[in-house]
Amino acid sequence: MSLITKYVLISIDEDTLIAGARKVESELNRILAEQGLSSEIMVVETGTMGIMGKGVVMLIQPDDVTYVNVTPEDVREIVSEHLLKGRPVKRLQFTGKVDQSVISFRETAQELKKQNRVVLANSGLIDPESIDEYIAVNGYEALGKALTAHKPEEIIDMVKTSGLRGRGGAGFPTGLKWSFTAPLKNTPKYIVCNADEGEPGTFKDRLIMEGDPHKLIEGMAIAAYAIGAEKGFIYIRGEYALSISRTQKAIEDARAYGLLGKNIFGTSFSFDLEIKKGAGAYVCGEETALINSLEGGRGNPRVKPPFPGVKGLWQQPTVVNNVETLSNIPSIILNGPEWFKSIGTEKSTGTKVYTILGHVNNPGLIEVEMGTTLRDIIYKYAGGVKGGKFKCALVGGAAGAFLNEEMLDVRMDYDHLGEYKAVLGSGAILVMNEESCIVDMLRNILFFFKHESCGKCSPCRIGTAQLYSLADKIYSGKGSDEDLEQMLTLSEAMSTTALCALGQSPYLVIHTAVRFFQDEIEEHIRRKVCMKDICRMNGAERR
Amino acid sequence: MEALKIHIPDNEQYRELGAYIESVRNMPGPLINVLHRAQGIFGYLPMEVQTFISRELDIPLSTVYGVVTFYNFFSMTPRGKYVVNICMGTACYVKGASKIVDIFKDELGIGEGETTEDNLFTLTTARCFGACGLAPVLMVNEDVYGHVDRKKVVEIIKKYRTLG
Repeated sequence: MSLITKYVLISIDEDTLIAGARKVESELNRILAEQGLSSEIMVVETGTMGIMGKGVVMLIQPDDVTYVNVTPEDVREIVSEHLLKGRPVKRLQFTGKVDQSVISFRETAQELKKQNRVVLANSGLIDPESIDEYIAVNGYEALGKALTAHKPEEIIDMVKTSGLRGRGGAGFPTGLKWSFTAPLKNTPKYIVCNADEGEPGTFKDRLIMEGDPHKLIEGMAIAAYAIGAEKGFIYIRGEYALSISRTQKAIEDARAYGLLGKNIFGTSFSFDLEIKKGAGAYVCGEETALINSLEGGRGNPRVKPPFPGVKGLWQQPTVVNNVETLSNIPSIILNGPEWFKSIGTEKSTGTKVYTILGHVNNPGLIEVEMGTTLRDIIYKYAGGVKGGKFKCALVGGAAGAFLNEEMLDVRMDYDHLGEYKAVLGSGAILVMNEESCIVDMLRNILFFFKHESCGKCSPCRIGTAQLYSLADKIYSGKGSDEDLEQMLTLSEAMSTTALCALGQSPYLVIHTAVRFFQDEIEEHIRRKVCMKDICRMNGAERR
Repeated sequence: MEALKIHIPDNEQYRELGAYIESVRNMPGPLINVLHRAQGIFGYLPMEVQTFISRELDIPLSTVYGVVTFYNFFSMTPRGKYVVNICMGTACYVKGASKIVDIFKDELGIGEGETTEDNLFTLTTARCFGACGLAPVLMVNEDVYGHVDRKKVVEIIKKYRTLG
């Protein structure tokens, strides 16, 4: 047996694929073979390393050197200088602070546990297309433990004790949600994974599925056991081609290993999974709309109650959970709820995965403890603001809230943000520098809501159109103080009357924009000027 | 009801769709899957195709039409060979996505949702693609392009014109 001296981990995700990761990989394999190094140096495909917009990313272990923007032409130099002579190629080295940020792919598995990385613990470290690698890092052990050593009620108790709350946006306690469905005698029951990640600026679920699809499958199987479901669906955005193919392969591999299918681990529990592709509608992220879409119809939300937990898919009890929520489950079962509670804050336990974007130096994906401040996330992990001073961050996507400079030290978790009427939402953080105009942003967001309103309830159908036209008036230099006043009252009325979260959401973004940037908006109204020269104050047409 | 009079031709495309419908007929809620396949076969979903699906699945035409018009992915008008889809999500927007739309409008001489006369390009915009690290980002059919600027737009158009 030959001895592997070095590992080259190449991140294969949609970002790096576009940058030509496959070409770099085949060139690397070719040169290694040519130099007779194939048996000593192992090339491993991994999921995202959390470094975005920096081309092809590779990590050399055990040297702990990260290269970015690697092209096929660079490969020979990396092989001859670094892999053979041990001299890192400085010009390609990533100088950002990877070690504190992003997924810590550098610790050993044991240290990872201490580091509190939960959802992304394996992402970037293992080959997401290999079930064996997942099993090697204790994969499917939690499912085995759950099925053989615990009753379903005990699983629900563990999840309740852990304090895990839904990571899709609303933050509803997961154990509690399961406990509504578990005792129902009405079968079949369903577990549905909401992977219709539509919140603009959010792609954490995509990277979780691309980086570690088996963790999601294991989490779903445990959830199914807890609530008594034998069938599950993963509703994935149609645009997520790589997520779909990787998750599909993971399902097939799990079936082949008997980890999905009949009598899993020799118990009486049977469970199987199916992927359903979305067709492009933001509202389908709302759980009842998603269920209607799963049934093959228009994705209109349903009136609640009855809640899906009682009457969901085909009128049967259905639990709908987010990708990140379900991906937390295996670790909770394996390490115990007390361990999970030790991470994060008292009322918001565990970690949170964020996508951080916009005007920052290192946009990307990070997983940090609940309660980390916005300042730390932006300056410590994302490398600070790019192209000017910090103006504000839109936290939680379109359905989120603007937070300005004075909010930088607010701890990011359900309760602390809740005190300021802001939300954690989907975990999208869009940073804007001073060069951005708040009116322009607001108008773009309101256009989005208008476009995505499903039209079923009038507060949302009429309200979103009206809000957009009012914002457009201000943007075009035709707005009045009354228009702004109307935006506030209308969105507030919508927040209490719209059928689902889509129509209820504009309230937050409008109110936070006015709260922090009233002067700037009034400048557009009273002086008819956009100081950033972005808005078309002459009324010219522009979408 | 004009639709009731629609005559469905017996050709290869309809036979392929018919065979697919047969294979999923007993699956619960097959409509969206059938529409995905139909758009794959025909390129778009004209009334004729919708009528065929309605008859085959025994689902009211109004329901089929309702679903087709609900989802962004489905189109009732023929599209160009290359569909340029520009992301207008907040992350792309803040990085100048609307300027990219304007550049395409200028270069191709068409508006949003329109197709060039040579049927080569259709210009559309979309909500977030979830590739925000590459903002501003756009897709031409299945190919994704990130960090797009004027220079890249010109290159992209040239590339597909050459491919023809």
